[in-house]
Amino acid sequence: MRDFTSDQIKKIKPSGIRKFFDIARQLDNCVSLGVGEPDFDTPWHITEEGIYALEQGYTFYTANQGMPELRKEIAAWNKRKYDLDYLADEIIVTTGGSEAIDIAVRCCVDPGDEVIVLDPSYVCYEPDVLLAGGVVKKIRLKAENEFRLTPEELLSAITPKTKILLINYPNNPTGGIMGKEDLEKIAKIIIERDLLVISDEIYSELTYGKKHFSIAALPGMKERTITINGFSKTYSMTGWRLGYVMGPLPIIEQMKKIHQFSIMSAPTLSQYAGIEALRNGDEDIVTMREEYDRRRKYLLGEFERLGLPCFEPRGAFYIFPDISKFGKTSEEFCLDLLEKERLVIVPGTAFGESGEGFVRISYAYSLDSLKEAIRRLEHYLSQIN
Amino acid sequence: MMEGDSMDLKLSILSVLEKNAKTSVEDLAKMLGVDEEDIVIAVGELEADRVICGYNAIINWDKVSNEKVAALIEVKVAPQRGVGFDKIGSRIARFDEVDSIYLLSGGYDFLIRIKGRSMKEVSQFVFDKLSTLESVQSTATHFVLKKYKDHGVLMEERHENERDNVIL
Repeated sequence: MRDFTSDQIKKIKPSGIRKFFDIARQLDNCVSLGVGEPDFDTPWHITEEGIYALEQGYTFYTANQGMPELRKEIAAWNKRKYDLDYLADEIIVTTGGSEAIDIAVRCCVDPGDEVIVLDPSYVCYEPDVLLAGGVVKKIRLKAENEFRLTPEELLSAITPKTKILLINYPNNPTGGIMGKEDLEKIAKIIIERDLLVISDEIYSELTYGKKHFSIAALPGMKERTITINGFSKTYSMTGWRLGYVMGPLPIIEQMKKIHQFSIMSAPTLSQYAGIEALRNGDEDIVTMREEYDRRRKYLLGEFERLGLPCFEPRGAFYIFPDISKFGKTSEEFCLDLLEKERLVIVPGTAFGESGEGFVRISYAYSLDSLKEAIRRLEHYLSQIN
Repeated sequence: MMEGDSMDLKLSILSVLEKNAKTSVEDLAKMLGVDEEDIVIAVGELEADRVICGYNAIINWDKVSNEKVAALIEVKVAPQRGVGFDKIGSRIARFDEVDSIYLLSGGYDFLIRIKGRSMKEVSQFVFDKLSTLESVQSTATHFVLKKYKDHGVLMEERHENERDNVIL
């Protein structure tokens, strides 16, 4: 029989994070700092709105693009938070940020177009570009720059075929952020070279000591930026599958077609809950952010004590320490740690080659879990040193 | 009153301890990025100023004994000249059986939370001690049938979400 699967899909490797959880599942008594998902309950007033929507019988499709009321709130929220000027019509409500990334890429990539993807970065960007027939050009970010993209690195990656720069700050897996002054230098090049930016800002509300800045807020950038955000990380709503994409009207008009032919509309009850989140959820964000920040400081202090070098991450809920001095690859280090101490963390290489020498540690876990994890890590390091 | 940095630190300490009074000085210092000594000083001041008034455990007594009962008692009193409600309020507060007492606006004056070893013990307290106080005009006792949440903590056991099923 023929192999019916496409050549395109065969180019895509399974996620490197998956493997560790599969091994961990076979072992008893594992402690994980592996998952990139908030550990808080969805704030109850938000969940309650979802329940109410079900009780009211709102169990049908919404407008393809998302409920007008929700899109109006999304526009207002982004204006209030990041001074972004999107209209409700320039927004598509999606099934999580993941769909938003996929349809943004598919809407803009023709076969052969080059898309610049940062390395290390979240695992879905490269597959999404490949599925759209695009060519991935990676920029290997450097730890000494705190994994920020520099203008020199960007310039050296641009070719005549380059069309899109895909960025994600606050960053998964490094926890790095880029401020206004960093983004201004990038925006200048984007405008000069007539490129488009797809900016995944799903962790925008999780920054510590510095407010998030959105690249689309820079002069001349809104018309060449697709901004992606959502509810999963901000309001601890991962299972609700609710995100959105914002962009210039001509792009959004085209993008709507992919969304409506593949998804129809984002989950209705989630959209009702989303309205409540945007209107009345500011305090929930503060509470969660403060808790993450305390855990972040706790881990940074402990890593310093253990002699694990790492830069101070100011975003998301990840720390990306350098483990190269222990003479193991990231994968060897993580596998060994899992086998000997039953502690799950993710090798930096799951996010690209330049993650070699680093591991990603998530602090979306209770302090008790973090303490137990540190105890195991300390024990492990004392054995191999 | 607390000022500046020291107040910020104190507020941060309070928000951690309010959720978990068992948090150690060492952990507080690490979480808030300050020296342990600063924590000891700040907590000492908070205790001395009676901002932190005590450290109680939240216990689901239903799990260890069937006997213990709790009741809420509404109390109407005649306020007294010069001291208003304070005199009678502080007097009721002194009873060991009284777990909390609040002065309220609305239909009655005090809400008292009582803990007793048995229904009989609680009733006895109401009959003998509380309703015989001179300025108490009337009481209404409500026995607690079940606690769903106490001090911000849900009593029921929570199911753990299967978080390790995803790639992120």
